[in-house]
Amino acid sequence: MFPELNNLLNITPDRAEQGKLTLLCDAKTDGSFLVHHFLSFYLKANCKVCFVALIQSFSHYNIVGQKLGVSLTLARERGQLVFLEGLKSSADVFFQAHGEPHPLQFLREASPGNLQPLFEFVREALKPVDNGEAAWRCPVLLVDDLGLLLSLGVGAVAVLDFVHYCRATVCWELKGNMVVLVHDSGDAEDEENDILLHGLSHQSHLILRTEGLATGFCRDVHGQLRILWRRPSQPTAQRDRSLTYQYKIQDKNVSFFAKGMSPAVL
Amino acid sequence: MAVAATCGTGAGSSACMASAASKSNVTSFQRRGPRASGTDSGGPRLVSIAGTRPSVRNGQLLVSSGLPALDQLLGGGLAVGTVLLIEEDKYNIYSPLLFKYFLAEGIISGHTLLVASAKEDPADILQELPAPLLDDNYKKELDEDVYNHKTPESNAKMKIAWRYQLLPKMEQIGPVSSSRFGHYYDASKRIPQELIETSKWHGFFLPKKISSPLKVEPRSLTHGYLKLLQFIQNIIYEEGFDGSNPQKKQKNILRIGIQNLGSPLWGDNICCTENCDNSHSLTKFLYLLRGLLRTSLSACIITMPTHLIQNKAVIARVTNLSDTVVGLESFIGSEKETNPLYKDYHGLIHIRQIPRLNNLICDESDVKDLAFKLKKKLFTIERLHLPPDLSDTVSRSSKQDLAESAKRLGPGCGMMAGGKKHLDF
Repeated sequence: MFPELNNLLNITPDRAEQGKLTLLCDAKTDGSFLVHHFLSFYLKANCKVCFVALIQSFSHYNIVGQKLGVSLTLARERGQLVFLEGLKSSADVFFQAHGEPHPLQFLREASPGNLQPLFEFVREALKPVDNGEAAWRCPVLLVDDLGLLLSLGVGAVAVLDFVHYCRATVCWELKGNMVVLVHDSGDAEDEENDILLHGLSHQSHLILRTEGLATGFCRDVHGQLRILWRRPSQPTAQRDRSLTYQYKIQDKNVSFFAKGMSPAVL
Repeated sequence: MAVAATCGTGAGSSACMASAASKSNVTSFQRRGPRASGTDSGGPRLVSIAGTRPSVRNGQLLVSSGLPALDQLLGGGLAVGTVLLIEEDKYNIYSPLLFKYFLAEGIISGHTLLVASAKEDPADILQELPAPLLDDNYKKELDEDVYNHKTPESNAKMKIAWRYQLLPKMEQIGPVSSSRFGHYYDASKRIPQELIETSKWHGFFLPKKISSPLKVEPRSLTHGYLKLLQFIQNIIYEEGFDGSNPQKKQKNILRIGIQNLGSPLWGDNICCTENCDNSHSLTKFLYLLRGLLRTSLSACIITMPTHLIQNKAVIARVTNLSDTVVGLESFIGSEKETNPLYKDYHGLIHIRQIPRLNNLICDESDVKDLAFKLKKKLFTIERLHLPPDLSDTVSRSSKQDLAESAKRLGPGCGMMAGGKKHLDF
């Protein structure tokens, strides 16, 4: 996790909030460093994490996690981390003619209906262990990257249904958190992606949006991060708070600074 | 790229992303050397694979794309287990060249090839590969192994700048593994027949393979894509590239080349209409291919006619599903052909995306304005320079022309940041 980002979001591993849906959105840049941040943050906060990793392999997250101070293999062995590696099992699931239900079963179907097997998997992974000992704190569901399901033939509405079910179970019933990543296609006019993104923005408590700089590529400032706090349950209440920072990604850390205050410029 | 030479031997298997690494808990901090414990990375003695080298940034195993200039722009080379997507230029003149360089590099390095095409027979594609440019040292190496072929000496003796003759022909960056990494090719000559015959390759020619009936239901993949996927999976499994076959201890790279993916010849109408009913076929194929590659010692190059795809959303999805994306834009037939800014070059090359593998950052080049030209023998990629404004009376129109062209030089690399204005610094 990045200490500076923790300060900006005003959270610490000891004092993690509960029942929140966080949306990570990136437009014209790569926001995957936020996924690594939240993964290491929740592992350090001693939460039980279910990670649906569709876009990269386990070793990728493991190696970056070690740079950030967590060992995913250790967490997996201890039972703290349930890792669904989409890439590794995709080909096998696809070519299996029939067989036991698999969370990625929608790959087999000609026109995928729903993501119910995936939801069952998540629910099974995060349900509290019955033997009474509260080993972990709140459960967390992490999905990287939710927009990929659209490329695999699942409709935007089905994905929103899946998010809704997961929210009901993870955020409300189990008092846990959810973090999902969706790419913003910008001017590519991807309607399904826009439906998904707007639907999620409406439901989320916290939106972290990474964008490129308006002027283009810069070696010292890699992009801009917009943080938006929302209270979806209280429609009137306070105005949503929003902050904008610029960041630079380094080997093991990401440094954040106010707009125009990059150390390279000053 | 100033790169310190690290130990080449013993670094191959422990650094690669293939299943060998996923089965054992390999970290980037593992000591490189013979391992006493019996992991299944091929026993106690680690052999580096020919034609590969570990990346300095994260120990990732890299293969050359066939063009040393492109390797440098991609951060050292193409990572094993990833896909290089080439967005074809408008008349498909230069993208087959990059495709062939990739395959030729595989033959020279001794890798196994898998060539898939719906248009040309893979055997014909292999016949047209460019011949390697060999200097004295490497020729001796090759003579010992293969055959005394008479490739004529192409570097003329330098008379004036004779000191430069002593410098190495290409920048020796990185560790020197058992064979050289990245070779130069002569585009005007064909590869010697003997080299093709001694190499191992598999061909997938769609018209021949499509006649056999499908044993599996389509499941929303086009018939052609499904056959290709099964073919690739078979080769990976049977030749042991994914380490799962206990009889086959494969220590080689599989280079996969797929030509014109997405074109109507593959049975996909994504290039023909905007709202096709089978629009997920291509993206699903790319995802399943990515899954196969990540768990095996292979690297893939795909050329795709993205300029034909009507639906921009599909291009965005395809870019997200590929690791490295390079776009070619040739000047032929466009107004840029007569633009004085571009008179020395044949086209622009855009590095649209570079993957961040095992890392938070990637080795992105600062140079965004790159142009390529195909000289008689060599394909070179150079930084585009604005010509100096030397005229005494600068006429308003010419200055405006150049400014217009400069604006069109393309937005910044989509990976790091894109912007509405073009003010990279």
